[in-house]
Amino acid sequence: MAKELIQLIDISKSFDGQMVLDELNLSIHENEFVTLLGPSGCGKTTTLRILGGFASPDTGRVVFDGQDITRIPPNKRQLNTVFQKYALFTHMTIAENIAFGLKIKKKSQSYIDDKIRYALKLVNLEGYENRMPDSLSGGQQQRIAIARAIVNEPKVLLLDEPLGALDLKLRQEMQYELIRMKNELGITFVYVTHDQEEALTMSDTIVVMNQGYIQQIGSPESIYNEPENAFVADFIGDSNIIPATMIEDKLVEILGTRFACVDTGFGRNKPVDVVIRPEDVILVEPADGIIQGVVTHLIFKGVHYEMEVTANGFEWLVHSTTLFPVGKEVGIHVDPFNIQIMNKPESEDEEAVAIDI
Amino acid sequence: MTSNKKWLSVPYIFWSALFIVVPLGMILYYGLTDRTGAFTLDNIIAITTAGHAKALRLSLLLSLISTIICFLLAYPLAMILSQVQMKRHNFIILIFILPMWMNFLLRTLAWQTLLEKNGVINHLLTFLHLPAIKIINTPAAIILGMVYNFLPFMILPLYNALAKIDPNVINAAHDLGADHLHTFTRIILPLSIPGIISGVTMVFIPALTTFVISSLLGGGKLLLIGDVIDQEFTRTSNWHLGSGLSMVLMIFILVNMVLSAIFDKEGEGSML
Amino acid sequence: MKSAAKRIYIALIVLFLYAPIGTLMVLSFNASKTRAKWGGFSFKWYIALFQNEEILRALANTLLIALLSSLIATVIGTIACIAMTGMKRQAKSILMGITNIPMLNADIVTGISLMLLYISLGIRFGMGTILLSHITFNIPYVILSVMPRMKQLNPSTYEAALDLGSSPINAFFKVVFPDLLPGILSGFLMAFTMSLDDFIITHFTKGVGVDTLSTKIYTEIKKGIKPEMYALSSLIFVTVLTLLVLINLSPDKKEKK
Repeated sequence: MAKELIQLIDISKSFDGQMVLDELNLSIHENEFVTLLGPSGCGKTTTLRILGGFASPDTGRVVFDGQDITRIPPNKRQLNTVFQKYALFTHMTIAENIAFGLKIKKKSQSYIDDKIRYALKLVNLEGYENRMPDSLSGGQQQRIAIARAIVNEPKVLLLDEPLGALDLKLRQEMQYELIRMKNELGITFVYVTHDQEEALTMSDTIVVMNQGYIQQIGSPESIYNEPENAFVADFIGDSNIIPATMIEDKLVEILGTRFACVDTGFGRNKPVDVVIRPEDVILVEPADGIIQGVVTHLIFKGVHYEMEVTANGFEWLVHSTTLFPVGKEVGIHVDPFNIQIMNKPESEDEEAVAIDI
Repeated sequence: MTSNKKWLSVPYIFWSALFIVVPLGMILYYGLTDRTGAFTLDNIIAITTAGHAKALRLSLLLSLISTIICFLLAYPLAMILSQVQMKRHNFIILIFILPMWMNFLLRTLAWQTLLEKNGVINHLLTFLHLPAIKIINTPAAIILGMVYNFLPFMILPLYNALAKIDPNVINAAHDLGADHLHTFTRIILPLSIPGIISGVTMVFIPALTTFVISSLLGGGKLLLIGDVIDQEFTRTSNWHLGSGLSMVLMIFILVNMVLSAIFDKEGEGSML
Repeated sequence: MKSAAKRIYIALIVLFLYAPIGTLMVLSFNASKTRAKWGGFSFKWYIALFQNEEILRALANTLLIALLSSLIATVIGTIACIAMTGMKRQAKSILMGITNIPMLNADIVTGISLMLLYISLGIRFGMGTILLSHITFNIPYVILSVMPRMKQLNPSTYEAALDLGSSPINAFFKVVFPDLLPGILSGFLMAFTMSLDDFIITHFTKGVGVDTLSTKIYTEIKKGIKPEMYALSSLIFVTVLTLLVLINLSPDKKEKK
């Protein structure tokens, strides 16, 4: 992997006596697309504001390129931010907005003009130099906010829920645009969102956060396929989270029935949670299933049918391209490698586990 | 629905025509005629006579100084207040409206008690071994009275304009490398222009046209243009001359309205 | 350190605004009749106040005018706001421009212009002319505080009410009115305050022998203000202050501004 560009070391932050971040540790690499993902109030925006210099941590250090920048004000940092709701300067033209940072750095007019042209080309808004921000659509304003930040050639671009105010279609378009821009610029993106789909689509690395703690760090694939705890499993995509008992290595008892699995090292007769994705629940004829149940709900979702199957007293969420009508008796089969075993949190507090990396 | 709504506007259109437009027409009529009803410009030209011109000059000077002082006092205050949490918005507005519930004349009169040769402030200054001040019955006292009475009308529009600025816009300026001074001159000040225009209007116009403050704190010897007009109506009863002089005042008001219309299109700098 | 400086600055401005008010309150307890010296603490002006019929009549006039004018202005202003949403853009901006005139215009010009109007129409000066004038300068305050609420209004809620079978009038009072209420209330309060504090316009439009507190004080200035006046305004101020503190402390804060 590329070299480490940013390190957050033991960062804690509280507001009005309420802990928002608790000894958070995180490394961000050069040229990486990192997404901080979590529900509102999880500390992801605070983390970003600490990176940008808009909030200072109570304890801990921020190291950027080997240099401690914890106490350095935002205007002296080599990072730029794309703010929620754009924060464009409404009294300036698009060109003046983009030129703002460059003029402060006293760049020459020809350099500034070149940069404006380059940035507008990058965000596909050539010819918008003399428009006012208010005359642009939300998506266009968003692009200008990005252009305004990147002309300063930051090593890291911080993006705070930048697509939150856009409608669904535009959001999806912008996701591809952002990936393209990042590849073209070759810089690090730190992206904050509560939208798991955005995170899965764009990121190299996803940092799932909850209640001020990092829950899991990993590639989109590993976060989706191998959630480390119930919070991550529940937050990323739909899933069946079922209390179970690990009988021995590679054998788990779910709702009274034994299933083969591939996990080892959980001990014997240990209570655990299992995660089974709805698309991994395979419906078969009753006789062919590991357990049997009845279809109770059915919705057509376009690419697949979503069904609920009551079996062994649990409502299983099932995605399948084959239709099983409501009331039909079915068998449920799960391949061993699709059963993800997770340690059970022993108390409420431990549900949010701090993970050091 | 829409056709019903049209009828709803009738009472107000009628009201504003009768009590706003027609009365202004009356001033124009009186201002442009003499006692016999014949057309004349004399009532307007009368502003150039020595006494009237002096009163207008003094009014302009004092109201200009008061407006500048109000602005300089109110801007830092509005900036500090705009950083206070939004949920205390109503409370902040109340603090500055509340003094209006004490009668305007009495409040101004109280400054006499405070400023007099043997007044409260001088007692205090003597107690602190500081030299006494002598500003009662001087233009300085009139300025103080104007600043005192109209300061809230500067504070509130400025506060409203500044509180509307998204904190992230200021963060964005810092993020792009601007220091505090730069952020202030390039971002905060330009974004608060609607509030400035509105505040300046709401201080300058009443200050320019006031006629009580000068007689209460200026000792009655300093005549402002407002005093002159008041006298034409209540003592000499020359309504034609009073109307003509009012029309001169309205020129300043019109200029102000045009300026506000240009800079404050959305009515963003409103007081409420 | 920095925030201490900010606090001191706020405190100084507030002191500046409230010092004369404090002075008047102290004077209202001054046993001596002149402002110049302190004659000891006394309630006598408060007692005298309730025996002074002239002042009490002026107070009654002031309150009556303030209440009636702000109520009528609130009704006319609110209806005007509703009407304006249905108007064409140009007509609306002309009407809004006219609405702004009494606010932007100098009080002395407004006062004189209304005085000339009443003379030409042959209306007798008195409570009626004061009331008409106050309604006129109060309407803009109502419109300016109701209009922003009107713009935020979701037109679908009114249509939804109609869709659910309610009559237009019923729909208005059940659905639209509650949404406008905060704006209407603050407009009413603003109008009431402005009416109470007005001197200049009343000065030009009142008749002989009819006085509000402002004009009464104005005529008294030359003869010397009766200390009962200090007592009265202290009472008014403290009453309002108490009411506002109570309203502000009440836990239910429906209004988000």
